[in-house]
Amino acid sequence: MLNISGIQEGFVLDHIQAGMSFQIYHDLKLDRLDCCVAIIKNAKSNKMGKKDIIKVECPIDALDLEILGFIDHNITVNIIKNDNIFEKRQLSLPKEVKNVIRCKNPRCITSIEQELDQIFVLTDTEKQVYRCKYCETKFKGKRKLTSLK
Amino acid sequence: MKHLLNPLDFSVSELDDLLRLANAIEKNPEKYAHACEGKKLATCFYEPSTRTRLSFEAAMLNLGGSVIGFASSDNSSAAKGESVSDTIRVISCYADICAIRHPKEGAALVASSRSSIPVINAGDGGHQHPTQTLTDLLTIYSLKGHLDHLKVGLCGDLKFGRTVHSLINALIRYPAIEFVLISPEELRVPGYIREDVLDANHIPYKEVERLEDAMADLDLLYMTRVQKERFFNEEDYIRMKDFYILDKAKMKLASKDMLVLHPLPRVNEISVEVDDDPRAVYFKQAQYGVYVRMALILTLLDIHIQ
Repeated sequence: MLNISGIQEGFVLDHIQAGMSFQIYHDLKLDRLDCCVAIIKNAKSNKMGKKDIIKVECPIDALDLEILGFIDHNITVNIIKNDNIFEKRQLSLPKEVKNVIRCKNPRCITSIEQELDQIFVLTDTEKQVYRCKYCETKFKGKRKLTSLK
Repeated sequence: MKHLLNPLDFSVSELDDLLRLANAIEKNPEKYAHACEGKKLATCFYEPSTRTRLSFEAAMLNLGGSVIGFASSDNSSAAKGESVSDTIRVISCYADICAIRHPKEGAALVASSRSSIPVINAGDGGHQHPTQTLTDLLTIYSLKGHLDHLKVGLCGDLKFGRTVHSLINALIRYPAIEFVLISPEELRVPGYIREDVLDANHIPYKEVERLEDAMADLDLLYMTRVQKERFFNEEDYIRMKDFYILDKAKMKLASKDMLVLHPLPRVNEISVEVDDDPRAVYFKQAQYGVYVRMALILTLLDIHIQ
């Protein structure tokens, strides 16, 4: 059994789909934070079989959790304060994501005006549909982040 | 400050006011002949247009205002690589209102977000063309007397035809609207119109390929041109361009009061022999396009004539 010590203040991101933790590490820009990060891969899970977990020791306002909701809203976010779970946050789909995914429509204005923010708006919560704010093209593909800016 | 980017930017009640104003202008144009004196309209057309640009210019001139602008991106600073965002900031210093046409979808939205004057979307690629929709609505309202309880046939390029997308969005706000979507398989309405507009609002529609199968039941037939500029592949365009031709024989299948509309320019999709049929109203439609743009300019500039 591998032991990872507890954290005083920060986050425990649980129920990450096995194998996705490094992607999320980069997408949340954890490499840019000067803090202690533990990544646990392929931990046993009753619910998922295998899962990844990320523990981050950092001030709780240091991470943008909205983006996490876009990547995978099934991830459990435990907010830790004073060594205890202060809050279990339920992730939801963000209403808008900025500079997270790119519009692939070659006729979209964002294809020629490079300084424009790439903005996608949630147009159907039930079907989890995001559309480009400018040309309304539906985002197709895996909702994983790729750093744009 | 209000812009017009999408037909849905006006509520049904605002639209009613606009159409009533357009009808008032039609009845008494002299009353409005000086309404925009001292005001300037900038027409920023990054792609070729005859009807839309000239109808905007005619509308502003009819109101006593003046017009500045450019008719293609070659004649503008876009050729030097200037962005829409920068161009509109500059145009805002020169004019009181701007009509913009751009081949890229969402260009008018970008312009409106940076502009300090009202922006009218005069067509953004295959996306939206709201003033054509206002023209279509005014034509239907004036000649049919109502915008509800209509069975509307949309025929031709329903995939790239932005006038069709805008018209669908506008008409579904009225009760008892039904659509017959007449197109070849390759040019059917895009998924976002079918799923998010028609299905989501429980609007009855059917998709057919043969125009003859639809004619008898329609209150309106809206014909569209297969647009060469929307195709990446010349071969596909050639295969699709003469798929539908409305002629006298097909008109015989229609009811006596069915109206034929077309945003123009027409190529081969309506035979010239149909032009004399009283149900063919596409040239009247062009005249309504001027009245509705006059009403729009007055509304966005918040000018009221008692």
